[in-house]
Amino acid sequence: MSLLDIEDLWVRFPTRQGVFDAVRGVSFSLGRERLGIVGESGSGKSMTGRAILRLIRKPGIVEASHVNLEGRDLLKLSEREMREVRGKQISMVMQDPKFSLNPVVTVGEQLMEAYLQHNSGSKSRARKMAIEMLENVSIRDAERVMRAYPHEVSGGMGQRIMIAMMLIPNPKILIADEPTSALDVSVQRQVLNIMDGLVKERGMGLIFISHDLNLVSEFCDRVLIMYSGRIVEVCEANKLHQAQHPYTQGLLNSLPRLDDKRTHLSVLTRDPSWSNAPSVRG
Amino acid sequence: MTALEIRDLDVWFGHAHDRVDAVKGANLSVMQGESFGLVGESGSGKSTILRAITGLAPQWSGTIEVEGQTLSGAKRDRAFFRTVQMVFQDPYASLHPRHTVDQVLSETLHLHGLDNIDKRVAGLLDDVGLGQRFRFRYPHQLSGGQRQRVAIARALAGEPDILLLDEPTSALDVSVQAEVLNLLADLRTKHGLTYLMVSHDLPVIAHMCDQLAVMRNGEIVEVMSSATLRMGNPRHEYSQELLRASVAPQ
Ligand SMILES: Nc1ncnc2c1ncn2[C@@H]1O[C@H](COP(=O)(O)OP(=O)(O)OP(=O)(O)O)[C@@H](O)[C@H]1O
Ligand SMILES: Nc1ncnc2c1ncn2[C@@H]1O[C@H](COP(=O)(O)OP(=O)(O)OP(=O)(O)O)[C@@H](O)[C@H]1O
Ligand SMILES: [Mg+2]
Ligand SMILES: [Mg+2]
Repeated sequence: MSLLDIEDLWVRFPTRQGVFDAVRGVSFSLGRERLGIVGESGSGKSMTGRAILRLIRKPGIVEASHVNLEGRDLLKLSEREMREVRGKQISMVMQDPKFSLNPVVTVGEQLMEAYLQHNSGSKSRARKMAIEMLENVSIRDAERVMRAYPHEVSGGMGQRIMIAMMLIPNPKILIADEPTSALDVSVQRQVLNIMDGLVKERGMGLIFISHDLNLVSEFCDRVLIMYSGRIVEVCEANKLHQAQHPYTQGLLNSLPRLDDKRTHLSVLTRDPSWSNAPSVRG
Repeated sequence: MTALEIRDLDVWFGHAHDRVDAVKGANLSVMQGESFGLVGESGSGKSTILRAITGLAPQWSGTIEVEGQTLSGAKRDRAFFRTVQMVFQDPYASLHPRHTVDQVLSETLHLHGLDNIDKRVAGLLDDVGLGQRFRFRYPHQLSGGQRQRVAIARALAGEPDILLLDEPTSALDVSVQAEVLNLLADLRTKHGLTYLMVSHDLPVIAHMCDQLAVMRNGEIVEVMSSATLRMGNPRHEYSQELLRASVAPQ
């Protein structure tokens, strides 16, 4: 059975110029797999992720036939029950990592607090675990980073701290929104290996939102390609480079390559029919 | 002419046992009109070099010269910011949450003492591929990529000579990245701009830069040409490791 099953998901924002549909009738399911979501900026990737957790800020509206987590419709839960889901069953690493850390509390205190929320044990045990978690995400001087405030760590360190934090509750599903976009390629690999391990060993389901088509192709099992709030194509990740949709091909062609030097990169020429075609089921 | 010269640069944060030596003995030199890349390990001091130049990392020693002028301390005057502008890594933190795109750009233009503000705002939005539709939105009504384009427009507002670009496209999708990189390349040719650009994406650096430095643990371990990178010939072991880990397109 799939962990998560989403049917006809919409995210709408009333704006001065009328209602803007950021996500338009998306349906997909997630098993114990690594599901990639790619697509251009503004195509609705983050809003899809946030809508699952009902984290769309007002006046935004989420609607769907259902968003079932192991058969239970999340849209029918009370806000209190939803908090339980967010804390324990589905974690999300936000695209803006530093934004989601508390700026006036040290990294160490935040990690320890998160640990103690989900595990019993002493403060010194929490401290030990927090340091271990930082080391797991390849942070060099974990002791020092424990004492640092969020503005005192680099962009990539902030991302890794968030990932460490989100894995503490041992979630069934991790939604990772651009989790490695600020990491150097070598640390990126290490972080991907951690997530990979959780999918394989604990049967976690992973929704991996990314701009990096090569990375998604190498790392994920399946990929949803989003355009203007809809899914335009679904494919096996390792077949992404043979994708059929002109939009997907356009995205692939716009990548700079080490083996191909050119003065200008090709950019996408959008076709209005792409946004009118019905959303593909993922 | 040398646009930017850095010699024996040390940058540190904090004191005593909490002191972090973020940059240690860095040397680099960027000619006018050249584009220079910084790559390397996360936390290795790339952003810190840019921040030291713009006065955001007050504790440093060594020499920083901008268009022949030697900088000192952390104070930077108005003339400096007409010459040098920075685009930050984090498009979320760098825009004021309660200012519309229009306000952000108008105020910046105003601060630079420019006229014709209405027309310039429109021009900047077109330049970065946003268009007028976004003019009166607030940051929270924009996607990550859209915000970064606003940040680039703001940096371009004062028509600077030197742009310090900290991961300018890591929050952008690949198509917008291509647009922004093309835009940055065109602006560089057109105005003879100089770039110092941080990215973790080696193909992006090879595409944009003539030369690059590889950093690890606060130090520059190698300076090489992009041609060397493309041919897969870096000398230092860590540069080779980065190149190997860089995901190869099929
Ligand atoms: N509060 C809001 N009001 C109006 N429109 C909004 C609001 N929040 C988001 N949007 C719009 O919803 C669309 C989808 O945004 P979303 O953040 O999901 O994009 P994304 O695919 O994650 O893009 P990126 O890759 O740049 O992060 C965007 O066009 C954005 O401008
Ligand atoms: N304000 C600060 N106070 C204390 N330490 C800091 C501060 N800013 C940066 N550092 C430390 O300096 C080191 C270098 O950080 P920097 O942001 O330059 O790294 P980076 O190479 O840009 O990394 P990334 O690729 O992850 O952005 C890191 O160890 C970081 O924790
Ligand atoms: Mg997003
Ligand atoms: Mg940085």
